[in-house]
Amino acid sequence: MSEVFKVTARQAGKFIVIAVEGYINNLAGEKVLDEFNRWTAEGYRHFVLNLEKTQLVNSIGVSILIEMIEKTQELNGSMAFCCLLPIIAKTFKIMGLTQYARVYETEAEAIAG
Amino acid sequence: MSANVPKRFELEIPIACDKELEATKVAERVAQEMQFGPDCVAEIKLALIEGIINAFEHSGSAIQKVLVEFAIHDEELEVVVQDFGQGFDASSKPNVRPLQRRGYGRVLMESLMDEVKYFTSPQGTRLVMKKRRPKCA
Repeated sequence: MSEVFKVTARQAGKFIVIAVEGYINNLAGEKVLDEFNRWTAEGYRHFVLNLEKTQLVNSIGVSILIEMIEKTQELNGSMAFCCLLPIIAKTFKIMGLTQYARVYETEAEAIAG
Repeated sequence: MSANVPKRFELEIPIACDKELEATKVAERVAQEMQFGPDCVAEIKLALIEGIINAFEHSGSAIQKVLVEFAIHDEELEVVVQDFGQGFDASSKPNVRPLQRRGYGRVLMESLMDEVKYFTSPQGTRLVMKKRRPKCA
C-alpha cells in the first residue's frame, strides 16, 4: 500500500481493541481481518474497532468489516466501532452496519459498553 | 477566461492497486479550492474512490487505465470517471440488503453526491457525478 497503514491490538477487560491507522481498502481490510481472526482463535469474542486514525473506508473495506460483524454474531460476541469521522459514520449508516454494531464517540465509552 | 467557463483538470489513472488515491489527492485540492468543508471533501473523495474501483473491477477493459476529470463550475464540482470497458445496464438499480458483502459502490456514490449519471456503451462508461457548492460542512 502506498499510504501508511497500521493495525495494532490490545486487550481491555473482555474486549480486544483493534486500532487502525490509514485508508481501509481490500488489502488493509484483510490485515484487520487477520488481526481479528488471531484473537478469535484465542477465544476472544468482544471487539472494539477504533478508527480514530482512519480517514476513509471504501466499500470493499466495509465488506470485510461486515465479515467480522457476522463472525462475532456467530460467536455470540459483539463488535463496536468508535472515534469515527463523519464520512465513516455516514458510510456505515448507508451500508447498514449500524444496525448490527454499536458506534461510540470514544474508546472509553465503547469499552464501558 | 469568463467566470462561466468551467476550469477543468484531467488525469490518467492506471488500473492498479491503490492508484485511486492519486485521484483523491487532486480531488481534495480542487474541492478545498472551491471552499468545500472537510466533510464534503471526504464525501467527494469516497465517491470518487468508489467510481474508480467500479471501473477497475467491473469495466472489463482491455485498456489498463481510467480517465478522471474535474470541472469547477460556478455552482458545483463535476467529477467524471471514464473507463474503456464493455459498458453495463445502468437502468438496473442495485438491490442491496443490510450486511450484504458487495454491491454498495453505486449506492454510496448516489448517497454522497448530489447527482450521479452514467453514459454507457460497449465502448466504455462515463460516470458523471456532481456536488453542489457547500451545503455540507
